[in-house]
Amino acid sequence: MANVSTFDTTSTVVTDAAVLATTPSRALEGPSGRKPKRRLSRRNIILYGTLGLAALYYLLPLYVMVVTSLKGMPEIRMGNVFSPPMEITFEPWVKAWAEACTGLNCDGLSRGFWNSVRILLPSVVVSIFIASVSGYSLANWRFKGSELFFSILIIGAFIPYQVMIYPIVIILREIGIYGTLTGLIIVHTIFGMPILTLLFRNYFTSLPEELFKAARIDGAGFWQIYGRIMLPMALPIFVVAMILQVTGIWNDFLFGVVFTRPDSYPMTVQLNNIVNSVQGVKEYNVNMAATLLTGAVPLIVYFVSGRLFVRGIAAGAVKG
Amino acid sequence: MTTLSVQTPHTNAFPPGATSLPEASAVSGEHSVSIRDLSLSFGAVTVLEDLNLDIHDGEFLVLLGSSGCGKSTLLNCIAGLLEPTDGQIFIKGRNVTWEEPKDRGIGMVFQSYALYPQMTVEKNLSFGLRVAGLPKEDIAKRVARASAILQIEPLLQRKPAALSGGQRQRVAIGRALVRDVDVFLFDEPLSNLDAKLRSELRVEIKRLHQQLKNTMIYVTHDQIEALTLADRIAIMKSGVIQQLADPVTIYNRPKNKFVAGFIGSPSMNFLDGELAEEGGRPVFKTNGVSFLLDGYSASEPLTPGRKVVLGVRPEHIKVDADIAGEEIHEAIVDIEEPMGADNLIWLKLAAHTLSVRVGGARRYAVGSKVRLGFDMTMASLFDAATEERI
Repeated sequence: MANVSTFDTTSTVVTDAAVLATTPSRALEGPSGRKPKRRLSRRNIILYGTLGLAALYYLLPLYVMVVTSLKGMPEIRMGNVFSPPMEITFEPWVKAWAEACTGLNCDGLSRGFWNSVRILLPSVVVSIFIASVSGYSLANWRFKGSELFFSILIIGAFIPYQVMIYPIVIILREIGIYGTLTGLIIVHTIFGMPILTLLFRNYFTSLPEELFKAARIDGAGFWQIYGRIMLPMALPIFVVAMILQVTGIWNDFLFGVVFTRPDSYPMTVQLNNIVNSVQGVKEYNVNMAATLLTGAVPLIVYFVSGRLFVRGIAAGAVKG
Repeated sequence: MTTLSVQTPHTNAFPPGATSLPEASAVSGEHSVSIRDLSLSFGAVTVLEDLNLDIHDGEFLVLLGSSGCGKSTLLNCIAGLLEPTDGQIFIKGRNVTWEEPKDRGIGMVFQSYALYPQMTVEKNLSFGLRVAGLPKEDIAKRVARASAILQIEPLLQRKPAALSGGQRQRVAIGRALVRDVDVFLFDEPLSNLDAKLRSELRVEIKRLHQQLKNTMIYVTHDQIEALTLADRIAIMKSGVIQQLADPVTIYNRPKNKFVAGFIGSPSMNFLDGELAEEGGRPVFKTNGVSFLLDGYSASEPLTPGRKVVLGVRPEHIKVDADIAGEEIHEAIVDIEEPMGADNLIWLKLAAHTLSVRVGGARRYAVGSKVRLGFDMTMASLFDAATEERI
């Protein structure tokens, strides 16, 4: 009420003095403050409706898989694909992990899981290390022909894998590591190079060049700048590279089936052998459980590091 | 913003093995940095060509020029961050052309500060020393000294992200300081700061130079920084040093038309015309109006008929009451620009537009007539073809 006097000039405009007295802050007519937003506007309905439909479309198969994997075979034969299980059973999961037969082995997916882990860890670590160092040197230590080298590397990313399989088989055979996990690890490392090097080079190029210059004046060498300046600044991009490699290598089927032998098949190949076996009854619940188990690793990696992933992808746009 | 305390470091704060204190190195007359026939080209683009430059010990040299003139390139060559195509660089009499940056005895401060973001201020300062493998107590002493000089002790445990722009630039200067080097290189260190901070840090850098007496090479495109800081200014254009002289000479006796137009704000008035003679005295004629050149000290004979450009700075044209014996010309006020302390008036004279600087209190109505007197002792004459000073 104290500020009524400050509205002396405007009060002449307002006809009803009582209105002025009761709501002094509304002395000036018209919209003020934050604009009210309607929750159920047409725009919102369309926006959330579309998003909801898309989410449903992608979630439905997952739902069917989870539900089926928890049903017994008699219930599945009844044909109600979308209905929730009447009696929840985890037996298909146990069978998929430890008992399902592929060929002569009847120890389930667990064998493939550990094979995949043995393939995954070294190839992810080695490929990311090599790619980060080469990306760093391509970005900061421009040597003669570095641009040409980079272009050749990028072209490598566009050649279909299938073209290179037979030559690689011959190369590995000649070296004597065809059919071993080492051979597959080397193949995964090499095939990860183009995209990872591109990723790291672009990230390191986006860092201010003066940082590198300052480190050189401070007397740091190639490895010191890499380890003490660049590496700590590149954590987001390392996470991105890790996600790309983990999902890529874990989900790989082609290289796994070509470059390994049955006892060292990765999980994806083993999954295929379980699901596509032509003998006996098709155990849909076991197949669903096996597929979910195989897909779990990349899924967990995404959930755990999803936020970092987005940050790393966006990091190139933000000044370091 | 605090000012720098002039704190002379104690000699015994340094182990005998450390390089000589900056104070002791101020032997004038000796060349601290010498550049011999330096050329640099990126493929077909030549940035520097046969550049020669001698910088005295303890001198503050400013490389001034607009962007793309090669001044930063030259600095990067001195630092060893760019390899010259040809030529030699000497620092303290030692040929460092092929030396690594760290072995050249230089410290460098960058425009973007270039602080290591994941390290604290203390680690930023000591990084170079740790890389060099200095003993811990030695590192601590040097960091303490540098942070005392720059008054950044309270910030030592902070990360660069938690510092303001001015503080960051102090840390960047400190990083050069701890290296205890002979030559400091500044690459546009104040360009990222706002105007107020810039003028404050400018004073601090000048005080730092007076205190340390190191050789400093400072790259800028800001003429105020150049004029206020420099012992000598090297004005560059397309990779060539146009004039190398002290600020007063650069300002008052520019060697060519480019230097004359580059230095000074508002910039110098240029009038195209030709030389003539009236009553045995040399005059400058333009559009039928002649100006007596009394008092102009020419380095060449003022031959009548020669096409020339007369350059006069806005403050060297006297108006009305200020005229003291100069030849009088009449002009009409076109536009008036009050700038606080000064008042810039734009005048029409003989189909030329002139700017004249008068005191801020004096106002002129547009369209009014004023009398002008040109101070020819402070004017410059350039050959119209070569644009060199006559």
